Order: sequence, then structure tokens, then C-alpha cells
Amino acid sequence: MELILAILTGVLYAAGIYLILRRSLVKLIIGLVLLGNAINLLIFLMGGLVEGNPPIISGEEKVLAEGFADPVPQALILTAIVISFGLQSFAIVLIKRAYQVVKTDDLDQMNTTDKIE
Amino acid sequence: MTTNFIIYPILYQAITAILLMFFWRNPKTQRLLSILSSSFGLVLAVSLFVFIWQNGTTALQAGNWAAPFGITMVADTFSASLVVLTHIVALAASIYSSEKVISSRIKFGYFPIFHLLIMGLTGAFLTGDIFNLYVWFEIIIISSFVLLTLGGRHHQIEGAVKYFTLNMLASIIFLTAIALLYGITGSLNMAELSVIIPQIENKGLVQLIAIIFFTGFGIKAGVFPLYFWLPASYHAPPAAVSAVFGGLLTKVGVYALIRVFTLIFDLDEFNSTLIMVTAALTLLSGGLGALVQKDIIKVFSYLIICHIGFMIAGLSMNSQVALIGAVFYMFHDIIIKSNLFLISGLTSSIMGSSKLEKMGGLLNAYPKISLLIAIPLFALVGIPPLSGFWPKLSLFGASLSSGNYTLLAFMIFASFITLFIIARIWNQVVAKPKPGKFPENGFNTYSFKQKAAFIVPIILLSLVTLYISFGAEHIQILAERISNELLNTEQYYQAVFKTINP
Repeated sequence: MELILAILTGVLYAAGIYLILRRSLVKLIIGLVLLGNAINLLIFLMGGLVEGNPPIISGEEKVLAEGFADPVPQALILTAIVISFGLQSFAIVLIKRAYQVVKTDDLDQMNTTDKIE
Repeated sequence: MTTNFIIYPILYQAITAILLMFFWRNPKTQRLLSILSSSFGLVLAVSLFVFIWQNGTTALQAGNWAAPFGITMVADTFSASLVVLTHIVALAASIYSSEKVISSRIKFGYFPIFHLLIMGLTGAFLTGDIFNLYVWFEIIIISSFVLLTLGGRHHQIEGAVKYFTLNMLASIIFLTAIALLYGITGSLNMAELSVIIPQIENKGLVQLIAIIFFTGFGIKAGVFPLYFWLPASYHAPPAAVSAVFGGLLTKVGVYALIRVFTLIFDLDEFNSTLIMVTAALTLLSGGLGALVQKDIIKVFSYLIICHIGFMIAGLSMNSQVALIGAVFYMFHDIIIKSNLFLISGLTSSIMGSSKLEKMGGLLNAYPKISLLIAIPLFALVGIPPLSGFWPKLSLFGASLSSGNYTLLAFMIFASFITLFIIARIWNQVVAKPKPGKFPENGFNTYSFKQKAAFIVPIILLSLVTLYISFGAEHIQILAERISNELLNTEQYYQAVFKTINP
């Protein structure tokens, strides 16, 4: 399972980076979304995968049983998902607006800010 | 030592933002309220600083969860001083926005977002948890996106696309580094990481993570190959917003770099060479970039990049004197850069354009304003005894004594370029006669209140610059104490872990 997830994370990173290097605005956003998902999987993976041992202390015991699933990465992923959700929705509104104002979705045409005048 | 005091400045800004939202459709109240609350925020920040100065590094465990398990907020002298500077800049920007920012912007939530940005900055300086730092970074960038795009003009939207992409990429890289760091250490608490990292056997992996952190923070700070988003976007928003961006946003990146590379990672041969080369190239490319620009705001944007180089150079030399220089330079630079962006807003509204070739004649028309803007301009280069001179003394001294002559050459070259640019700006804006006429509804026709809103923040920041210049001894003592605290990580660890909960 680790291996599959590791490969998937790598593929997502590669695809995300490939897409943000394209000239189209929409592909840029999709690339950022893919990178956001890749990082969530990476955090999940780095916490270590544990099957069927949730971090819940059962009635009589005082401490967690050995080999429990680490809850911290899940909290981190939850936070990261919420944040990237907000940013991505902002991004989608931004590219819509950018398309209306600049009248192109080609990033190479968006170069007026770099001109020296 | 533990106290709830640490989070008061953060909570206060959050409450202010919420309060301002109640006056959503009432720009007048929002303007007044923003100035009032920024002033009180400054009082809070100063009292936090005084508290830290007297009691030393202080930590707060959120929800009373003992150290490595909960989120820790830590205030040492470095973060407390930066919080004070943040609030000084916030106050200046608040006053400046009170007349300059048009009502339609305010009706779309300019002031609440502005205070949320200040909250994010304060939080980033005060946190002691690496993931929490990420969250504060996100709060900062989402607020800055809104402030950048508010108004929706062509160059704003275009700048925002670049700003957004690179800052989001920086966050993703930063988060990748956090994930890897958590994977090998199992901790997110910066104090605990400072103890765990030296014990890790797999040095190669630690090195890799350090470089990923450097890349992520480097984009935020605007170091050499990663700065292109900065000049593309900083000229777009109103001057008050640019002032906060220019003064503080890049400095958060520098703060994070200094924090991470003194506390968590070791500045070994490789890291220090990497940072040093980056610093030298940042100094060079920022300076050369500023040389060719013809718009005053873009000149200042490139100067930000150029001067980030000095701070990174101070970090890279890995000695106490260099660190004193870096910290001192940061304090000086926050105030100066904010002031310069406010000045660029003032001169553009006097001249009717921000293009250097269309400016001129300020000395004849407005001699007092010319004198006022001379202070930050000369302090920027570091003409003694103004504030830029003192940190450069430490930085040059440190590079001489550690034998980094190439870096020294780059720093001197960057200072010369800055001097040349300042001379050119002085000549173009102040000395040469104005081509054409001053605009009809220009500065002269403004009411007293409007003029005051332009001038008072610039005077305020110039006074702070003068204090840093002539009270350099105090700042030097402060910077020495900060560098001691930064290099003595044991004391940071003790403050976080040996807190007795009340």
C-alpha cells in the first residue's frame, strides 16, 4: 500500500508541476490543485500507515495500545485541505476575472506588468 | 514563564477585524475605527515587548497541552520586536488609508482584511510550531490576495495571477518540507525539533529538507532566482497596501529563514555557501533590476529584493556579529521600505504619475516635503549617521573578519547601486524642473485633513528611522540580545519545555 501511495504521490507532483509550466490559466490552476492533493497524500504517508488500530484509549487502559495510527497527520491534512480549498476557490474566481479583464488565457500574453515603461 | 499575554496582539487584531465588519457599509466609521484600533494595537505590542524584555523568552501552551503535544506560542525578543515594528507600520498604513483609499474599496472590506493581514503577520512572528507557522503564512497570503485584487483593475489582476501562483507554490513547497520533517522526527514543535534534528543519523535527508525549506521561504522572501512575482505585483495595489507588503511580507520570509536556520537546522558548510551565493546574486540582480526601471514604485520593488540580500548575507556568515547586522538591517529595512512606498504614493499623487520622467520640481513647489523624503532616502543608502549605516558596519566587519571578501564586494557594489539610484530619484523627482504642469486636482487642492493623512504617516515612520539612526546604541544592544538568544537554542528549549503551568 505504501508503495502504491508513494508512486501516486510522485505522479501527482510530476503532473502538477508539468501543468503549472503550461501556458494556459486553467491548466495552471489544475496543476496547483494536483500539487495540493499530492502534498496531502505525502503528509498522510509520512505519518506511517496503520490498519485497523485507531488512536482511541479503550475503557480500562490509561495509555494507547502499541502501534496505533498517528492522529497528527490527519489533523494536519484536514487543516491543509480546508486551506487549499479556500485558496483554490479564490484562484478559480481570479482566473475568471483575469480572463474577463485581460481577455486572454495565455500566460505569455500576460506580460504588461514586466514591461519597462 | 508562561502568560496569556502573548496571544493578546493576535486576538486583538481578529476582534478588530470582526468589529469592522459590522460597519461594512459605513466607510467613515471604519476609517476612524481602524486608526484608533491600530494605535491601541501598537500600545499592546509595545507592552508585550516590555514584558519580554523584562522576563526573557516566554511561551504559551495553547489549551494547556504540555509542550510537544499542543500548539506552542513563543515570544522571544526577536519576535516581540518584530511585532512592535509590524504594528508601527500598521498604524502608518491605517492613517494613510484613511483618506487615500476610496470608499468603494472600503465597502468591499478593505479594512477588515487589512487587520486580518496584521493578525497573520503577528501570529507568524509569535508561533513556536512549524505547522502553525504554515497556517499563519496562509492567513497572510489569502489576506494579501484580497488586498491586491480589490479594485480589479487590469494590472492588479495580472499582478495577482503571478503573485498567487508563486506564493501558493511556496506554500506547497513549505508544506512538503513540513511533511518530510514530521516523517523523520515525529514532531512539529520547533523547540523539540532543535533537539531532535542533531540526533538524526540520516544527514542527507536532513540536508534535503533544509534546502526545501530554504526554497519555500526563499520565494516568500524574494531571493535571487525566485523573486519575479514581487516586482510584477507590488506596484498594483494602493500605496498603503504596498507599504505593508514591501515592509513586512518579504521580511516574514526572512524571519522564517533566520528562525529555521538558527534554531532547527545547522548552518554547515554547504548550507552557508548556498545561502551566501544566493545572497550575493540577490544583491546584484535586485540592484541591476532597480537600475533599469523607469517607474518609481518598480524601482522601490527591486530595491526590496536588493536589500533582502543584506539580511540573507548576514545569516549566511554564521557568526554573531553578522547576525547582529542582519537583525539590525531587518529593523531598519521594515520601516524604510514601508516609508518609501508611502512616499511613492504621495509623489505620484502630487505629480499625477508614477513614471520618473514625468516627475520633477518637488523642491521648488514643496520644499518641506522634499526635506521630509530626504530622510528615508538617505537612510536607505546608509549615509552616516542615518540608520542604514549601522547594520552595514556590522555586516562589513563580519565579512572582513570571516574572510568572505567576495560577499563583501557584492555588498559594497549593491550599496553603490543603491546610492546611484537614490541620487537618480532625488534628481528626477525633487531637483529637476517638472515637465508639464502639476495636475489640476492635485495635492494643493486637498483639504487639511487629506494632506495630514498623507504626511502624518510619513513623518511617523521618518521619526522611527531617526530614532534608529541616532539611538543606534539601543538598537545595537537589542540586536545583540536577539543574536544571543538566536544562537543559544538551549534557552529557547528551556522556555518552551520548563514552563510551569499556572
